Amino acid sequence: MTDMKPVIEIRNLQKSFGKVDVLKGIDMQVAAGEVVAVIGSSGSGKSTMLRCINLLETPTGGQILWHGKNIQTEIDSLYKYRASVGMVFQQFNLYNNLTVLQNCTLPQVKVLGRSKAEAEKIAKDYLDRVGMLPYQNARPAQISGGQKQRVAIARALAMNPEVLLFDEPTSALDPEMVGEVLNVMQQLAQEGMTMIVVTHEMAFARDVSSRVVYMNQGVICEQGTPAEIFGNPQKQETRDFLARFRNN
Amino acid sequence: MIEFLNDVIEIVTKHYPFLLRGIGYTMLIALAGTLAGLLIGLATGVVRTCPLSKNGFVRLLQKILNGIIAVYVEVFRGTPMMVQAMVIYWGYAFATGGSTLPLIPSGIIIVSINTGAYMAEIVRGGIISIDKGQFEGAAAVGMTHWQTMLHIVLPQVLRNILPSVANEFVINIKDTSVLNVIGVTELYYFAGIIKRESFQTFQTYLVVCVIYFVLTFTVTRVLRLIEKKLQGADSYVICGSQSDPSAEIRVPKQQEVPND
Repeated sequence: MTDMKPVIEIRNLQKSFGKVDVLKGIDMQVAAGEVVAVIGSSGSGKSTMLRCINLLETPTGGQILWHGKNIQTEIDSLYKYRASVGMVFQQFNLYNNLTVLQNCTLPQVKVLGRSKAEAEKIAKDYLDRVGMLPYQNARPAQISGGQKQRVAIARALAMNPEVLLFDEPTSALDPEMVGEVLNVMQQLAQEGMTMIVVTHEMAFARDVSSRVVYMNQGVICEQGTPAEIFGNPQKQETRDFLARFRNN
Repeated sequence: MIEFLNDVIEIVTKHYPFLLRGIGYTMLIALAGTLAGLLIGLATGVVRTCPLSKNGFVRLLQKILNGIIAVYVEVFRGTPMMVQAMVIYWGYAFATGGSTLPLIPSGIIIVSINTGAYMAEIVRGGIISIDKGQFEGAAAVGMTHWQTMLHIVLPQVLRNILPSVANEFVINIKDTSVLNVIGVTELYYFAGIIKRESFQTFQTYLVVCVIYFVLTFTVTRVLRLIEKKLQGADSYVICGSQSDPSAEIRVPKQQEVPND
């Protein structure tokens, strides 16, 4: 932890869809430079928590603070806030009507007000870093899943976000595509990017993250360093979950 | 038989200035009406899909606007355009104490409003069919509803609804004929004049019938070409596949222009 003041602080976050309580009081802090891996079985609320952070879902209770300010009531602009919290989706969500390069420039021009030339320079820089610069003129329909996800990461990075949220970024990929995306993410982690990664990739959580959060049935069951969670889990649920993964 | 053909040829050669003017106005009203109707449809689509504001006053305005749109769609889809033409044209005359709108603009306005009601539903269907991920991908980088619609969603909607828009255009070419009830000088109106001059009802309307078909058939073919052109992007060589990540190396298109 480079900065003791949390960038994101989640207090007693709750979210229900109708009568179904998906999140039942989440408390979590993320400091600058941290890489938090959120693990847990399907339906445990991991993705919902992540989606609440940039208000793709509206929380039904609790607070999310961004540098100490409540994102629902105290921040100046929802749009500016979202621009500073990048998101990478399971299904990539590249804009299908635009080329790879335009995918990375349009948000910069429209949301950050950068000039087209500046946006292209920045976009090309990040596309190069994820190895997708040769495909700058391709359309999303023309590239593979792993390539789409790398473009999606470049698009998020081009906005120069303070925090990057990853929602199961490799779950929709064929096994041989997973590595290329994880490599990019590992590189980002090493460069000090603050990241919250919802993932089923236990190797990534163990080797790359600075903290692992295990969620179960809408609450944080246990959290700690990768060594603590994977080496010496305290809760029975965590041990069962990890055992299921090892057996697979 | 020879006599019949001579009648037909005479109608065409003698009255072609009328026929050409009729074709011109019919196409002008149909084209302008379809485009304006499409714009109305797109605008209502943006308004209707806009999430309700947190601000109470704005939210009230949104609800009123959505209500107006719903009434508009139902009323103009649920009544014949011929009747709408009479009501709007003579309604204006009634309201202004006798002055009437110029005829061609009246025709365009009537067709636009009528088409707009159908387009509103076509666009709504088009927006619903766009993957939720496109909206979320735009929201997550901080785009507003308007930016998302303008730059991401509507371009994709337009491509998807083009066949329906073409359909509306063809319908409008034919349906402008009802505007003769208010005296708009489109093709069907001139057919009436030619009939009264030549006393050959069947021959006259047969000629007009063929002209309508040629117009609609040409338009459908042209729009089909445009559609194909817009879909071209998908049929390019796929560079790299899910199962073979190294496939990209073998795609010549990428190697020609690697970095601009």
